[in-house]
Amino acid sequence: MERLMMRGGAWLVTALVLLLAAAASADWAFSVHMAIACLAALIAAFASVKGFDFIGQRYPALSAQAASTYDDDLIRLGVIATVFWGLAGFLAGLYIALQLAFPALNLNLEYTTFGRLRPLHTSAVIFAFGGNALIATSFYVVQRTCRARLAFPGLARFVFWGYQLFIVLAATGYLLGISQGKEYAEPEWYVDLWLTIVWVAYLAVFVGTIIKRKEPHIYVANWFYLAFILTVAMLHVVNNISLPASMVGSQSYTVFAGVQGALVQWWYGHNAVGFFLTAGFLAMMYYFVPKQAERPVYSYRLSIIHFWSLIFLYIWAGPHHLHYTALPDWAQTLGMVFSVMLWMPSWGGMINGLMTLNGAWDKIRTDPIIRMFVMSLAFYGMSTFEGPMLSIKAVNSLSHYTDWTIGHVHSGALGWNGMVTFGCLYFLAPRLWGRQRLYSLRMVNWHFWLASAGIVFYASAMWVSGIMQGLMWREYGADGYLVYSFVETVDAMFPMYLIRAFGGLLYLAGALVMTVNIWKTIAGSPLREELPMTETPHNPEADRPAVAVPAE
Amino acid sequence: MNYDTARHFADSWGLLFTVILFLGLVGWTFRKGASRHHEDAANMIFGDDDNG
Repeated sequence: MERLMMRGGAWLVTALVLLLAAAASADWAFSVHMAIACLAALIAAFASVKGFDFIGQRYPALSAQAASTYDDDLIRLGVIATVFWGLAGFLAGLYIALQLAFPALNLNLEYTTFGRLRPLHTSAVIFAFGGNALIATSFYVVQRTCRARLAFPGLARFVFWGYQLFIVLAATGYLLGISQGKEYAEPEWYVDLWLTIVWVAYLAVFVGTIIKRKEPHIYVANWFYLAFILTVAMLHVVNNISLPASMVGSQSYTVFAGVQGALVQWWYGHNAVGFFLTAGFLAMMYYFVPKQAERPVYSYRLSIIHFWSLIFLYIWAGPHHLHYTALPDWAQTLGMVFSVMLWMPSWGGMINGLMTLNGAWDKIRTDPIIRMFVMSLAFYGMSTFEGPMLSIKAVNSLSHYTDWTIGHVHSGALGWNGMVTFGCLYFLAPRLWGRQRLYSLRMVNWHFWLASAGIVFYASAMWVSGIMQGLMWREYGADGYLVYSFVETVDAMFPMYLIRAFGGLLYLAGALVMTVNIWKTIAGSPLREELPMTETPHNPEADRPAVAVPAE
Repeated sequence: MNYDTARHFADSWGLLFTVILFLGLVGWTFRKGASRHHEDAANMIFGDDDNG
């Protein structure tokens, strides 16, 4: 009891300090942020005095009785948070896609301009949707593969709620115009410091659980999760070293200047893709694909080789974002060469995941969740082929700064990260809430086709738009002048922007179908009455042994 | 240590060290008896079906 009061008191003091910071702030956006943080500290104070299981007591469905020896309350919350932030992020993406086609949707308000909504979209899908999926699945996987409950349960709750606060501060900051202008690292210095604290706590919980494991071997998924946590910590700290202009203001200046700053930013930016969106999601793949297929991974040795090759190669690929800039030529070539070499581990991993289904390929026909995993691995393979290709300087001279890059990013994000996350959510929901199975399998199938069709519309529209844009930019006439003005390229891309927005709409519609399905599963609705997934009527004509025909 | 020495250290001893480390880590998976160990590890996730 005394400890609870101490903890509550500490949060109250924090809230008071934040309130003072809000009052003393140098700009009003900073006051808004301090007020939000103050509110969060008050909630934390209240929750710690109440003994923390506030949500569990109020909404028993969220903290269900599912017979489990593991600490799964947070994972249940994580599943819900992932679905929620996914919907928010996809909706923001659809809106800004429409803004590009119809600029009037800027609404003539500073808060809703493309420049502010775009980081809102990218952070919502990468850090909120992807990050919550990573935290939830990592806590699920590490407990099961270590046969141990989470180390430091209180700290684990701090990680989850602290991460949500980071998301809220980042998102509101973008709308208010707070940004350090670094792509995928937009939040300002005080939000960066908060995330650092949360991340160190995450590392402590994860490593603590591994240390107290009852299983001799550390399963390969945990290697990938650990690489993701450690590397993201390193990247985040180095890229965000900056000096605040005021200790009570939302403005800071980075310590790196010029091309060094650009290199540090893209060392961060590309490894955010490499370790957040690749290593972390590969960890999900290495646990959930074998579990859903009910077969061990195709080659465990290949998974270890995959791990080390990815770790040793990815970290050098960043300079390919700076082709034909002030960055020294050798550094550009280094980035390109390592990007091309990365093709090998990427495809090794894809083959390892796909071949896990070897001998059980019929599951693609009968199990829509496996279908989702297979599609995500196929997109992993496609985007990790496209990436090295785009990093080649000659290709990059056409593709850079065009929509081709946007198409590439989305085939990776929607195809690989999105689909593998959906598969994991469908795997987790019935298990975490102790249901017999998902509410509806046919709705998973609908989600699969809506999402797949959405990605095809999106990616193909961006290929056409990007290559057209690149070719129009470099088109010289016989007189030696450029043929097209910039605005003519914008005009020519209009139809492609509509097709892209339509693809995004399909993807969002698929996510809505998933939301209903997972909602009904959590609520414990009776299973949806529906036909089984496959109906292959018996054909007596075809039901006979094949007759061997001798070669002629 | 100025930039130039750091750079030359990186492209000689640093490069050699990381290449040997990488080859060692990959080679380790081919040691005698590794296959049985890998098989156990790969099947470990199916050990406890009651808790997902």
